[in-house]
Amino acid sequence: MSKYQYVPEPALVKGDHDFASLTRLVTDINLRPTPKAWYLCMIGANALLMVMVVAIGYLIWEGTGIWGLNNPVGWGWAIINFVWWVGIGHAGTLISAILFLFRQDWRTAINRFAEAMTIFAVMCAGIFPAIHVGRIWAIYWVFPIPNQMAMWPNFNSPLLWDVFAVSTYFTVSLLFWYVGLVPDLATIRDRATDKIRKVTYGIFALGWTGSNRHWWNYEKAYMILAGLATPLVLSVHTIVSFDFAVSMIPGWHTTIFPPYFVAGAIFSGFAMVLTLMIVARKIYGMKDIMTDNHMEKMNIVILVTGSMVGFAYMMEFFIAWYSGVEYEKAIFMLRATGPYAWAYWAMMTCNVLSPQFFWFKKLRRSVGFTFFISIVVNIGMWFERFVITVTSLANDYLPSSWDYYSPTIWDVLTYVGTFGLFFTMFLLFLRFLPMVALAEIKAVIPQADPHNYDEETGEFHKPKVEVPKPQSEKV
Amino acid sequence: MAQIFPKWTNQVPRKILIGLIVVLNALVFGVWYFFSPEYTDVGYAPEQPVPYSHKLHVDQLGLDCQYCHTSVTESKQANIPATQTCMNCHNQIKTDSENLALVRESWETGKSIEWIRVHNLADYAYFNHSAHVSVGVGCESCHGRVDKMEVVYQAEPLSMSWCLDCHREPEKYIRPVDEVTTMGYKVENQLELGRALVDKQNIHAPTYCQGCHY
Repeated sequence: MSKYQYVPEPALVKGDHDFASLTRLVTDINLRPTPKAWYLCMIGANALLMVMVVAIGYLIWEGTGIWGLNNPVGWGWAIINFVWWVGIGHAGTLISAILFLFRQDWRTAINRFAEAMTIFAVMCAGIFPAIHVGRIWAIYWVFPIPNQMAMWPNFNSPLLWDVFAVSTYFTVSLLFWYVGLVPDLATIRDRATDKIRKVTYGIFALGWTGSNRHWWNYEKAYMILAGLATPLVLSVHTIVSFDFAVSMIPGWHTTIFPPYFVAGAIFSGFAMVLTLMIVARKIYGMKDIMTDNHMEKMNIVILVTGSMVGFAYMMEFFIAWYSGVEYEKAIFMLRATGPYAWAYWAMMTCNVLSPQFFWFKKLRRSVGFTFFISIVVNIGMWFERFVITVTSLANDYLPSSWDYYSPTIWDVLTYVGTFGLFFTMFLLFLRFLPMVALAEIKAVIPQADPHNYDEETGEFHKPKVEVPKPQSEKV
Repeated sequence: MAQIFPKWTNQVPRKILIGLIVVLNALVFGVWYFFSPEYTDVGYAPEQPVPYSHKLHVDQLGLDCQYCHTSVTESKQANIPATQTCMNCHNQIKTDSENLALVRESWETGKSIEWIRVHNLADYAYFNHSAHVSVGVGCESCHGRVDKMEVVYQAEPLSMSWCLDCHREPEKYIRPVDEVTTMGYKVENQLELGRALVDKQNIHAPTYCQGCHY
């Protein structure tokens, strides 16, 4: 016997589920009558959405003067919120693409959920670059469309790369999500009893019958999309960071930005998935599928990426000193001690300190604590973008032009309003689409690997299912 | 299980996909072509209160552009002549013309004739006639063969890309300053001459945004 022993992974799905009960657990949510509580939540989300519509409507009517932007600080909440939402969107692709390629089967419980969150987060993010131009009717200038002005996008500008990076990301995420949905939509179509549901789900199920050929095509398409999406996880936030890093503002012009932004994005994305997952699994009784083990694994990702972000913060300081660049040094001293020190230390506490609690297994597995930290992390990540954007602009090379930035009510309302869009979309998702990748999760339960025939004699046994014991605490 | 959809629906996704590609391309082409000033603005020929014929006055009688449009070399605007300018001649000839009734009325009352503007640049584009005319951009380069126009119409699109055509390669269009008002100007060695003129006049036509938008 070797020193190392094979310890089976704990079962990915808890409880005594078979294929039929999983189908019922997930798709009954879409087929039963709409609960009253859902309507109540929808009213709340829609009210917030209206706030956003009004805030943006007034912005278009009146111009960007309604925001708190001032002379040195030309980029305020709009860019902060954009980076924040895009960052949140990163978890979906990481879970769906990278973890898929690495055969991390635990992703199947949360990938649908996380991808939906990604798509809605990127929708929220996309609003800000579009509206912050002020003259929104000219936004088509960012696309290479032939026109009478002989205007062509400036391909030297990272802001343009950003347009392509984010729109590519959105498209691939949407396709990936939809391809994964097809077999599950067919499941709902087949279970639906009324004509409207049959037809609607039928249209989007694309005539899926579950034939061998369909599955073959599906697996290939899914694999290709995963391969396409994987570099996007790294590229999108890299390019978002270029918006800053390619300029020559002290505090922005650093090579550490791309990896540091990507780590931060995954950090905040996982936190957002956890926030939503903890609530949704309780309300919809999904604890058997989205187990505490999932939560623990995600908390480990948060711990790792949080520490990477913390390392980056320290590295920025080190390089500011080591480079000997006067302005770089000054801006970092001002970050920690200057007019925005409150924001800087809020960021440090939320992003660097708070995930360190996840070194303790007990805290990693505590639902309440995880929920709390997941929110703290996203507050911290918002402050990170605030600190980067505002401190570098407010105090740049020329002290005579320094000014203090504070947002107006319209900045706040627009930001709060995007939550309305996000939750409206998310509630629609929960109501009408299967929130767990049903076809995939069925493949990872023990029943999918029954061993009906004896290996030596070829005799038929009745299906006998062995659920592996959970991993021992010591390993 | 009963079929939900009839058989023809099998082709629908393919048709939608092809249709989408066609529609998107048509949309881009449509905006590019039909929304451009070349399509919407060229040929704009409003009916003026007085049926003044450039063909008659310039081509047949040989008036120079600057006889009426006096301010082009000094001012941002190329002025529309005052009624006084018309009356220089028309208090002598065609004094009873039906067509000139409005001119005489204007002369008596002192109220201007309300001519309708043909060439109208957007307010956000700064344009200065003197800057162009005094370095050798011919009238006809932008306004076309006015000497052939019974009714003045917009001959060129006045779009940004049209401006840039010349701003990027002025040597293709520039002429000696004393030929500015010539109609039907043509030389064999335009490029050679143009380059020499660009050097001589020290022309640096701006192609950056603030050249015209500020």
